[in-house]
Amino acid sequence: MSVEIVTSYATALCLFIGSIFILVGAIGLLKFNDPMTRLHAPTKVGTIGIGMLLLASILHSYSLGDSSMHELLIMAFLFVTAPISANFIAKVSIHRRACETPPVPPRDDTWSTLSTPEEDKIIPDMPDTKPNKA
Amino acid sequence: MTRAFYWLLPHPFLTLLLAVVWILLQNEFSAGMAVFGLILGVIIPWGTSIWWPDTPKGFRVGKMASYIVMVMWDIIVANIQVAWIVLTVPNAKLKPAWIVVPLELVQPEAITVLAGTITLTPGTVSADLSDEGHSLLVHVLHTDDPEAERELIKTRYEARLKEIFS
Repeated sequence: MSVEIVTSYATALCLFIGSIFILVGAIGLLKFNDPMTRLHAPTKVGTIGIGMLLLASILHSYSLGDSSMHELLIMAFLFVTAPISANFIAKVSIHRRACETPPVPPRDDTWSTLSTPEEDKIIPDMPDTKPNKA
Repeated sequence: MTRAFYWLLPHPFLTLLLAVVWILLQNEFSAGMAVFGLILGVIIPWGTSIWWPDTPKGFRVGKMASYIVMVMWDIIVANIQVAWIVLTVPNAKLKPAWIVVPLELVQPEAITVLAGTITLTPGTVSADLSDEGHSLLVHVLHTDDPEAERELIKTRYEARLKEIFS
């Protein structure tokens, strides 16, 4: 077998594995039924699924003769940005009480998403609790 | 001498990283591109250092490299485990849990890397930091033993990061 055949088989294998993981991620996104568990699906797709597709792309461009390293950069930027968006979605669902309320942290007062400045703590049904501004 | 060095290069590793990213963006290596990358790597950290005053001083590159390799391996293993959970565990039997990880790390960079690692390894998502930064809130997709998950995060990732950012 020549090198070309081996690399094209390897490319196909990488594409296959990557597609399977992306499919599983999509199934997880559909199957789970609350925002926090759903959040776990995209982190899978973002890591191994995309990683395998990019590996396939590297192998393919290598077999065509002009090896490309852009995929490594795509990978690096994805790994840096994916946790931040996941963190934002988690914060939103904590803030909107869309999930179970998290336990209180042991050493500090509260989680930073839930901490409200004193002057903003207004309970709508009870106008008496409004802080008086001097 | 060191003051002059840190004035010119407030973040030496960032300089190196920017140069490498520039060369990778060009997709071909030439001396001119390397020099231009280094110039960018000096100018960008120097221009933005006002907004980023604390340089992490003790950063160990070798340990960071082995940490990255370990995390890659963990991502692959955990991906297969979570794919199995998604396909086989029905919703009613799923046991998601919040776990609270008390932090011993203090540097913001180290906490960021830890939170990123936790999110990238499938099955756990770091959700929030406590208001004074002493504990990290982590959501686990499916676990029978939240204590064990917390111990794993503390021994496997946090202990290593403490050595890297010492």
